[in-house]
Amino acid sequence: MSRTHVTCEVNGDAVDFLTEDGESLLNALRDELGLIGAKEGCGTGDCGACSIIMNGRLQCSCLIFAPEAGGAAITTCEGLASADELHPLQQCFLEGAALQCGICTPGFLIAAKALLDENPDPTETEVRYALAGNLCRCTGYDKIVRSVLEAAVQIRTPA
Amino acid sequence: MKYAAPTTIDEARALLASDADAIVFAGATDVVPQMRGGRPEPSMLIDLKNIDRLMSVSLEGDTWHVGAAAPSSALTANADFAADFPGVTEAAGLIGSDQIQNRSSLGGNLCNASPAADSVPALVVNDAVAVIAGAGGERRVPVADVVTGPGQTSLAHDEIVVCFELERPAARTSDAYLRLIPRTEMDIAVVGAGVRLTLDGEGAVSAATVALGAVAPTVVRVPAAEAALVGSRLDDASLAAAAAAASEACNPIDDKRGTITYRRQVAGVLTRRAAGMAADRIRTTNGQNGAS
Repeated sequence: MSRTHVTCEVNGDAVDFLTEDGESLLNALRDELGLIGAKEGCGTGDCGACSIIMNGRLQCSCLIFAPEAGGAAITTCEGLASADELHPLQQCFLEGAALQCGICTPGFLIAAKALLDENPDPTETEVRYALAGNLCRCTGYDKIVRSVLEAAVQIRTPA
Repeated sequence: MKYAAPTTIDEARALLASDADAIVFAGATDVVPQMRGGRPEPSMLIDLKNIDRLMSVSLEGDTWHVGAAAPSSALTANADFAADFPGVTEAAGLIGSDQIQNRSSLGGNLCNASPAADSVPALVVNDAVAVIAGAGGERRVPVADVVTGPGQTSLAHDEIVVCFELERPAARTSDAYLRLIPRTEMDIAVVGAGVRLTLDGEGAVSAATVALGAVAPTVVRVPAAEAALVGSRLDDASLAAAAAAASEACNPIDDKRGTITYRRQVAGVLTRRAAGMAADRIRTTNGQNGAS
């Protein structure tokens, strides 16, 4: 297996790592960079637990070969909070009990961020479509959807 | 396994020609699941996303060029393309979640050669042409002739689909694509139906193309349904005849998503509805859509 030296930007920091060519970006983030927020659920792009934003586009990191990340700008769920404050999405997920086991949560947070970056005032239907690529087997989705809508309000009208 | 990121078509072709076990990929939305499902690993992964021509969506004269590796989201975000080809746009937009839309491509959807590929019937009804780069230069092949069976294409190992060419629709012409899946999002077509219509000044159909997906090993054009529509004003009898012809043209399988009987019936229903949608689109633009 060939190896590639990858240089990219993750959550605003310049990083580099060595990866086997056929490795997924998900595994590189987790095993080489210690960013274990993104999870492997299905490994085939169905569940969204590995969602990241790469070059402005929401993607499943399990479908990305790690060398593809060369030169890319990547946001993972670890990049949402600032040093002393959770991102409104994270705070609203906590307050809205939008999680139980939490495995899917990093993917939902990133997918929700990608939505709100493009559409700061989504309807409930738009939220549900935007999160259709993320599976949750605990919550029944309602609390997630409501938390995203609440976070959208807070982001639009900061206290 | 080796990863390569060529920036030119010639470079990509040379890499492909150098290694019988190499594959090209765009979004890998089918490649990765297939590898994880036990398909033999390729020796080389040739990433096509760094080749400009494969990533661009552009209108040159009256011809749209859609890069084979351009993500579906780049296509669906293009309002001018969507105005000319609402059916192709909805077919591309139906494939997977936002995460998948940001990786999946028309070239991948075609060359993966699934009988259920959503974008293929939509391309076929618009007489889309695949531009294929090979040893002797480029050849142009109707999209309908690329897939030869489930997982099989007419491409040689060292050939690459570069882009799709779609002529802007004639005046009073539009298209539609409908599919049935067991849930609202994130599933594979039980049946897909693409229809393109041209209406004359009096509202009668002057040209029609109909193509079905997921009801046979490859996409099925349905000349009998087209004939039933042409000359009609999309009255009930004509639509029923087109639906019956579509059902008759199916050669489906029984599987977990649907039975043969069900697929035949749904193929007729979707053909009828897609024809209605295409006609409505022509009427609501008052015939102003199209190139001339």
